[in-house]
Amino acid sequence: MTHLDTAQTRELIARHPQVFAGSMRKRVTGWLVALGVVFYFVFAWSFFSIGQVVANANWNIAGAYLADWVSYEVRPDIEYRDDYLEVSFPRFSPLGENPDPDWLTRRSATVEIRAESGDAEAGATSGAGFLGSLPEANAKGGSGSFLGPVGNAAGSAAPAGDTPRAPTPQTRREEAVVEASVRFSPQSHIDVAPGVVSVTRGDETLVLDIAGGERVEPRGALPVWAFQREPGAKVIVRFGFAGRAEIEDDEVKIRRRFLGWENFFFDTRSPFWGLPAGEVARLVLFGERLNPQKSNAALAFDNFLNNADWQHGDVWLKLLQTIVMAFAGTVLATLIAFPLSFAAARNIYPSRAANFLFKRFFDFLRSVDMLIWALFFTRAFGPGPLAGISAIFFTDTGTFGKLYSEALENIDDKQREGVRSVGASPSSVQRYGVLPQVLPVFLSQSLYFWESNTRSATIIGAVGAGGIGLKLWEAMRTNSDWENVAYMVLLILLVVFVFDNISNTLRHRLMGTKNR
Amino acid sequence: MSTTTHGPALSPAAQSIEQHWQALAARRRLYTIGGIAFMVLAMGGSLWFANASNAGKFFDRLPYFFDFVGQLTPRDGWEVWRALFDLPSPYDDGSLKYNYPEGRVYLTETLYLPEYFYKMLETINIALVATLIGFGLGFVLCFLAAANLTTRRWLRFFVRRFMEVLRAFPEIVIAGFFLAILSLGAVPAIIAVAIHTIGALGKMFFEVVENADMRPEEGLRAAGANWVERVWFAIVPQVMPNFLSYALLRLEINVRASTIIGAVGGGGIGETLRLSISQTHEAKTLAIVLLLFSTIVAVDQFSAWLRRRLVGDQAFEFGRGG
Repeated sequence: MTHLDTAQTRELIARHPQVFAGSMRKRVTGWLVALGVVFYFVFAWSFFSIGQVVANANWNIAGAYLADWVSYEVRPDIEYRDDYLEVSFPRFSPLGENPDPDWLTRRSATVEIRAESGDAEAGATSGAGFLGSLPEANAKGGSGSFLGPVGNAAGSAAPAGDTPRAPTPQTRREEAVVEASVRFSPQSHIDVAPGVVSVTRGDETLVLDIAGGERVEPRGALPVWAFQREPGAKVIVRFGFAGRAEIEDDEVKIRRRFLGWENFFFDTRSPFWGLPAGEVARLVLFGERLNPQKSNAALAFDNFLNNADWQHGDVWLKLLQTIVMAFAGTVLATLIAFPLSFAAARNIYPSRAANFLFKRFFDFLRSVDMLIWALFFTRAFGPGPLAGISAIFFTDTGTFGKLYSEALENIDDKQREGVRSVGASPSSVQRYGVLPQVLPVFLSQSLYFWESNTRSATIIGAVGAGGIGLKLWEAMRTNSDWENVAYMVLLILLVVFVFDNISNTLRHRLMGTKNR
Repeated sequence: MSTTTHGPALSPAAQSIEQHWQALAARRRLYTIGGIAFMVLAMGGSLWFANASNAGKFFDRLPYFFDFVGQLTPRDGWEVWRALFDLPSPYDDGSLKYNYPEGRVYLTETLYLPEYFYKMLETINIALVATLIGFGLGFVLCFLAAANLTTRRWLRFFVRRFMEVLRAFPEIVIAGFFLAILSLGAVPAIIAVAIHTIGALGKMFFEVVENADMRPEEGLRAAGANWVERVWFAIVPQVMPNFLSYALLRLEINVRASTIIGAVGGGGIGETLRLSISQTHEAKTLAIVLLLFSTIVAVDQFSAWLRRRLVGDQAFEFGRGG
């Protein structure tokens, strides 16, 4: 091909304007469509007030929620007393009762504890973890445990007429924590002592004074990873994924984050909790009975299924319900749509009125959405898989009826004529002339919908139609069980993946095509 | 067949064929019977399990089922229309059941949009925005996933797996997650439906692209066009009608999906319907069902008409015949 210079090109364009310019409509349409889409987005932006919604969103929480999918937090509180500390864990800590994790080190010393004003002690009684280990020496109560008498003494002291803060310092000498250190990573830790909190992250150190038990005052400027809303208020220090801490005027709240799903197999009440896998296996196989009524294997299985945090038994039951909903709904719909589609097909059943009626009936079932059916049947049967089965059954009878009758109308007529020409009965004509052509198509369509119904069953479950959907929805609504959500999503993905493959394999077998 | 089984005239070769055929037929029959038995067992087990774990038992609840249908009958036929068009009801006693005129959306002083039409519009817009977002991103991704345009195997693998994850992830979880962050409303529904749409459309799109005619692309490549130019001028004009057709199909699905997401807190008509059914407001419920039904039918018809115009009756058999 010869090379064209500019003049020749221009001359060519001038000679054939219609080729190079194109019609006005063609050139403008694309731009108009693009402009329309842009305008539509502007409209949608204001219609849904997206800007406002996004601005009001709490994106900090989003990070924490996402992290919750694969990790968990342990939340000890370190309270300052006069010259000692109290370390307490919440009641349902993932570490069980009285935890002593290695990332939290405590240094104890004998200190004089003043017990003149009961309120400090009474408030402390809730922190059972630390106090339980104290000796029973009690200056005031004399006998009984530390926890009981102090509360009583404080309660009886007030009505007795004493001024509650009477300066009658009664002191006792006890072992108490005077320094606590929380390690977030090899280089980062928080050292807490009464009145002074020192935070080290990497090579930066921030020292905070608790002035008069009311104000938190940093020495020097705050580094970027620390945040204080106003002078004297609490300081939040962040350690990235490892967690964060809130240093307040009366305590340090630690949020230490660990990767993984906590207590996935056994919860903290189980005797198997916290044991290594080998030890659990040894106990199950050879160990003494932990519970006289049950063998260890049964106990372990029971503890696993009824794990309070993960509720494996319930989750699996709900997942099975979802699978059953999809399966039973699809099979029932196939069974009902199969004969009806013959009546709806123009070439099989030669009554126009019947064809029309059945087709509109299918359209009706299909167009009244699965959601509407689900809500109806949830009202009628009560929440549970029956409602889900019925919803899938009704919707899919419509879908299958439509697809099947279309398949029937597209069959090759020669086979039917052949069977009819040898004098077969009408039912034999359908059986040998029609069915062999359409049965693989029918089954293939049903299998395809079986798989997609497994997904739908999850969603309609959330409106009360049974299955794992509702459980998933409840877990999400609490906003604190995102790890359970992750677990259920994983199970759902697994189930969908398995059924997708089964359905694909069967369909390719039926249709005689190779796998993609 | 019965005549051939006893026929002495069969040669040994034919006899062996006959035996083989009989064996095959017997095995086939066995499979059929076994399959049916398995299905019956599985079905019986499933139904028993569903019934046992349901809140109300099937046969116990069946009589009440018709009560429930009776509860859904409005006091007179016009009530449905009054509920649908927000007209005042003669039975109005100040309760939520008959407060039809509340919730009108006034466009001007006197002209108003009835509440349910407004909600329906919201649902349709959720679906439309989600489809457009899904179309845009699916459009970008599909060329990276097509084997005939992207030669880097790792990139193709990555994009395909990414789209699979988007598609398989339950919509309701995405919606729930964003509902927790953004609070109740339509935006979480848009995000959830859009994310699913990206995956679903992306997959269909790249299959279309892989079936496209590569000769225009080769021509442009010979003229020295870069990758974007080749895709834009050689592939896009071929595949665009099919892309649009798939997007319309998606729009139908998304209208339904956004209704369902709406029922679990995503705004729009789904939420209204759920509330109305659970409070047994029969006229309102019927009005919403009627509106939803006719909208879905209208969207389906419109989309089918447009698709036929776009790709004609060849519909989805694109690029196979050469």
